Amino acid sequence: MHVRGTELVIVVVLFVLVSGLGFLASRWRRASHDSLEEWALAGRGFRSWLSWFVIGGDLYTAYTYVAVPALLFGSGAIGLYALPYVAIEYPIVFLIMIRFWSVSKTHGYITSADFVRARFGSPTLALAVAVTGIVATMPYIALNLLGIQAVLTTVGINGHWPLIIAFVVLAAFTYRSGVRAPALISIVKDSLVYIVVAVAIFYIPYKLGGWTHIFNAYNAHFKATPTHTGALLTSANQLQYVTLALGSAFAIFLYPHSVTGVLTTKNRAVVKRTMAALPIYSFVLGLIALFGVMAIAGKITPLTGANGKPDTNTVVPSLFEHIFPHWFTGLAFAMIVIGALVPAAFMSIAAANLFTRNIYKEYLRRSASPREEAQVSKIVSLVVKGGALLFILLIQPQFSIDLQLLGGAIILQTLPSVMVGLYTRWLHRGALIAGWAAGLVASIWTFYLTPNVALKQPHWGGTAFSLSHLGVHTEVGIYIGFVGVVINLVVTFVGTAVLRALNFSAGADQTAASDYFTDDPDPAVAEPALEAGN
Amino acid sequence: MTQLPSAQDPPPPALLEPPRTDRSWWNWLLLIPIVLPLLTFVYNRETPRLAGFPFFFWFQLLFALLAAGITALVYLLTKPGS
Repeated sequence: MHVRGTELVIVVVLFVLVSGLGFLASRWRRASHDSLEEWALAGRGFRSWLSWFVIGGDLYTAYTYVAVPALLFGSGAIGLYALPYVAIEYPIVFLIMIRFWSVSKTHGYITSADFVRARFGSPTLALAVAVTGIVATMPYIALNLLGIQAVLTTVGINGHWPLIIAFVVLAAFTYRSGVRAPALISIVKDSLVYIVVAVAIFYIPYKLGGWTHIFNAYNAHFKATPTHTGALLTSANQLQYVTLALGSAFAIFLYPHSVTGVLTTKNRAVVKRTMAALPIYSFVLGLIALFGVMAIAGKITPLTGANGKPDTNTVVPSLFEHIFPHWFTGLAFAMIVIGALVPAAFMSIAAANLFTRNIYKEYLRRSASPREEAQVSKIVSLVVKGGALLFILLIQPQFSIDLQLLGGAIILQTLPSVMVGLYTRWLHRGALIAGWAAGLVASIWTFYLTPNVALKQPHWGGTAFSLSHLGVHTEVGIYIGFVGVVINLVVTFVGTAVLRALNFSAGADQTAASDYFTDDPDPAVAEPALEAGN
Repeated sequence: MTQLPSAQDPPPPALLEPPRTDRSWWNWLLLIPIVLPLLTFVYNRETPRLAGFPFFFWFQLLFALLAAGITALVYLLTKPGS
């Protein structure tokens, strides 16, 4: 296949640039000692605008940029669920995350499982939360690789070696600089995103004959295609749309990498201001979703993927290739590649922390010093990235996609322990574990029962569980994670009532009510007398 | 909170340091940008179009701006000392 030289050069140059930045980041705001507080959370010191870049760079992945328009391209209106999802998530977690920030600051928690362990007096429950987080994160890292691969395929490079090089470099600077590397690179990443989207959102419609024409082509396209898709939501997929948006909005801040992002902030006001400003990214994601509509009007055909089937993830790169001059396409491709590096780094750091804090220190070496913890996390971050790479190289990419779909549903099963747990200690650790297990089984079972119509697979097909499985004569579908978490909550609350009635020990709560309101004292207003002794 | 403080009680902690609570009536405003995007019957329609965009698209794009606006408003209204 013909290799597109200009695009490739621009992508490589920008990749080298941000990698250099990643290595230099280790000298940025460096602390004197080696610990997870420093390597994984940058000393909890990021302030407003930086946090906005950092958390935005952390949450909006290259895969999102590629897959959301691809979903709109392939399935129509249901694909836009990402828009209400990313719009409601910040008002939802606005109050929740400041409580989490405070209690984590007070007690030095690095992971959500750290909190669960102390709150419910249960290392076992913490282990369940940690393992869930690691399992949900691994395929997510793998998908970011798929984002890079979609670009490489479009540029005309086949073979895996460029992907391997990219990941070795990523692994090296994450090992060295920790969270400071993706934090610094996120500024480049997000700036590129804003530049590319601002240009594309005007230039592409201009080239394609205007928005009216684009949406008319979109409507006509879905009028001509059979059921399960549509230019608007159907009576069958509205409930799916809503439950997907709501479930995903809760799930995203249960993911380990989001927790890590939030804990890098300086104080409660920074968390609040960042949450208020992050919907700007959501608006941009909405604009990015429109690329899928434009691709229909531009008559883009997806390139053939590694499995021999058309890969809709290539429609956005193809659209850019089709419309833009080579140099700008290169910039857009670099945006996707760098957009993959930042979340992948955050995710591997977060997964490594779960291992270190809630498995290694808990079960293998109680006496691990902060320095040893940092060292273990560094090494595990390499292992995690290597695992994700093997996922892509050895197993069908479709498997990672399916697993990531399931990932959102399974991370949602930590909601009662983590988010409800921030508000009440009434829940019993035994009931929480039972609810978690029931929710997992329900999510996985409903996922198994769902066929994939497009790929003609009878099972493991999608996140829309058809209510007809319950004997109801209907075509209405519902998000599997939502089914799981409802069952989970019912089991947790009923189980708690039973266990409390039978007087089973609920364990000790190491947190105090006031811990949920701790703030980092602002040196300008804090009274030193109050600070001492706290 | 029905007990009246008596004279010999120490002053409540609230007088010594900023109030240790996130409770505020303003927080209820957050429900608007959460609930509205979940009401598909409101926006699942083609018309009225705006600048070529079907209602389904342009109205939902506004949700993100609504979320930013309301969340920022609640932040400002609940800031300590405001």
